[in-house]
Amino acid sequence: MLSIQDIHVKYGAIRAVMGISFEVKAGEIVALIGANGAGKTTSLRSISGLVKPEQGKIFYNDIELTSMPAHKIVEMGISQVPEGRRVFPLMSVLENLEMGAFTRKDKNKIKDDMKKIFQRFPRLEERKNQLAGTLSGGEQQMLAIGRALMSNPKLLLMDEPSMGLAPMLVQEIFKIIREINSEGTTILLVEQNARMALSIANRAYVLETGQVAISGEAKEMAENKEVQKAYLGL
Amino acid sequence: MTLLNGLLPPYIESIAITVGIYIIMALGLNLITGVTGQLSLGHAAYMSIGAYASAVVSLQLGMPFIFALLAGGIAAGFFGLIIGYPTLRLTGDYLAIATLGFGEIVKSLLFNMPIVGGAMGLAGIPFKSTLTVTLIVVIIVIWMMVRVERSRFGRALLAIREDDIAAECYGINTSLYKVKMFVLGTFIAGIGGALWAHKIMVLQPRDFGFMKSIEILNMVVLGGLGSIPGTVLGAIVLTSIPEVLRFSSDYRMLLYGALLVIMMRFRPNGLLGGVDVTKLVKKSIKSITGSNFADKEKKKVKGGN
Ligand SMILES: Nc1ncnc2c1ncn2[C@@H]1O[C@H](COP(=O)(O)OP(=O)(O)O)[C@@H](O)[C@H]1O
Ligand SMILES: [Mg+2]
Repeated sequence: MLSIQDIHVKYGAIRAVMGISFEVKAGEIVALIGANGAGKTTSLRSISGLVKPEQGKIFYNDIELTSMPAHKIVEMGISQVPEGRRVFPLMSVLENLEMGAFTRKDKNKIKDDMKKIFQRFPRLEERKNQLAGTLSGGEQQMLAIGRALMSNPKLLLMDEPSMGLAPMLVQEIFKIIREINSEGTTILLVEQNARMALSIANRAYVLETGQVAISGEAKEMAENKEVQKAYLGL
Repeated sequence: MTLLNGLLPPYIESIAITVGIYIIMALGLNLITGVTGQLSLGHAAYMSIGAYASAVVSLQLGMPFIFALLAGGIAAGFFGLIIGYPTLRLTGDYLAIATLGFGEIVKSLLFNMPIVGGAMGLAGIPFKSTLTVTLIVVIIVIWMMVRVERSRFGRALLAIREDDIAAECYGINTSLYKVKMFVLGTFIAGIGGALWAHKIMVLQPRDFGFMKSIEILNMVVLGGLGSIPGTVLGAIVLTSIPEVLRFSSDYRMLLYGALLVIMMRFRPNGLLGGVDVTKLVKKSIKSITGSNFADKEKKKVKGGN
């Protein structure tokens, strides 16, 4: 479904990603794990078209995304839950969700999807007229996920959805990710919480300083001595 | 059509026309700086392009005023497009410097163009910007602004201002929107310039320098970035104050400056920044008529912000 082929990304003189390759197959949950600054966010931003790799290619169902503008990529069925949630603070919950459907023209279907999202996140429905900036961290994360789902994506990119949340909420968010996946959305999940990520992913890639260090089946990775030592604290 | 003209004493009428023109200028800049958050320090340049273009249409072609007005808007909007397209890729300080540079370039070009009179300027422009005409244009521009704000387009602009990276994540083509807004904002500046030319009847390049751009920016900031009623109020206040302070001619600019500083100290988001005027009006109507139960919920939302 998605194929990243040897991409290199720079911010000015800083080399953030140095030749990363990986694949995501339809229906999977794939985890990208690694320490702060390893290049996880940059990889996701390259897929969304928010940064342009200076070298390498990205394909989505055999269509090249590498030089496509971000808004076209959303229309192709890829959406992102950005790092740090980034809800629109002065818009209401409802307006935030509507923004997620910005590229869509099928008005009736949008309403159905909104209903589904409210079923999944009843708390958002209770607060639908509240300004997003006044929500708690967990609610904002749910809103960010709901907003991304409003574009009706086939591939959902999630950047550290558990960041800064209490353990209870982390559990809840991971349960939701699994549900979204079981309903047919493919997921590429970036996480620092490696243990949780490996527990729900099919496959995983470990990034270190802009390169893929280890990759494999999530179960095997969880038993890999190196991974255990570096990322699972065992 | 001439309903209002001559109703006020000539001096007041003249100030009222000036206020109207600045409301138009400020609303144009509000689209660029207030709504999409692009700091432009060269707004007066587009005013001058509109002023000169319309003056040429009136003087050389002798066409009716409406054509001069539109020519002013189109000329300024055209330059907005060719300047906006490359510069809006710049951000923050770089954009501010680029717009500032463009303003100075336009001024020196006008100084050196014989067709518009060079440093001598253009004289003999017919007086067309009566109070009625100005008021009609002000109303049309405000109506346009409200339409833009309430549209899908307006929602996208708000998203860009709140978080342009998130906006881009959800399929908003931010650079396209920024350019569109820049063109619309400069078009409106051109209309304002055309009105100006046909009010003061004499144009000189030095009337449209950096300070003029800053004055217009002050109006937008003072009123509250992004707020239409705020921008209108900012334009009214900042255009009238120098007139009111005329008695103290030497200290006028000092007082004006002091006022700005005090303002920013006590209302850093502008006079009407963060105030939802529609809701406020509804609320006061309700409190007068005595039913207000629906507003409690809203108050809670605002209060938490
Ligand atoms: N906007 C930016 N400008 C400059 N350097 C950046 C920027 N974003 C990230 N970097 C650098 O790129 C590298 C990778 O960052 P990032 O992709 O955010 O990593 P991760 O998401 O894995 O923490 C880091 O060294 C970081 O400092
Ligand atoms: Mg990151």
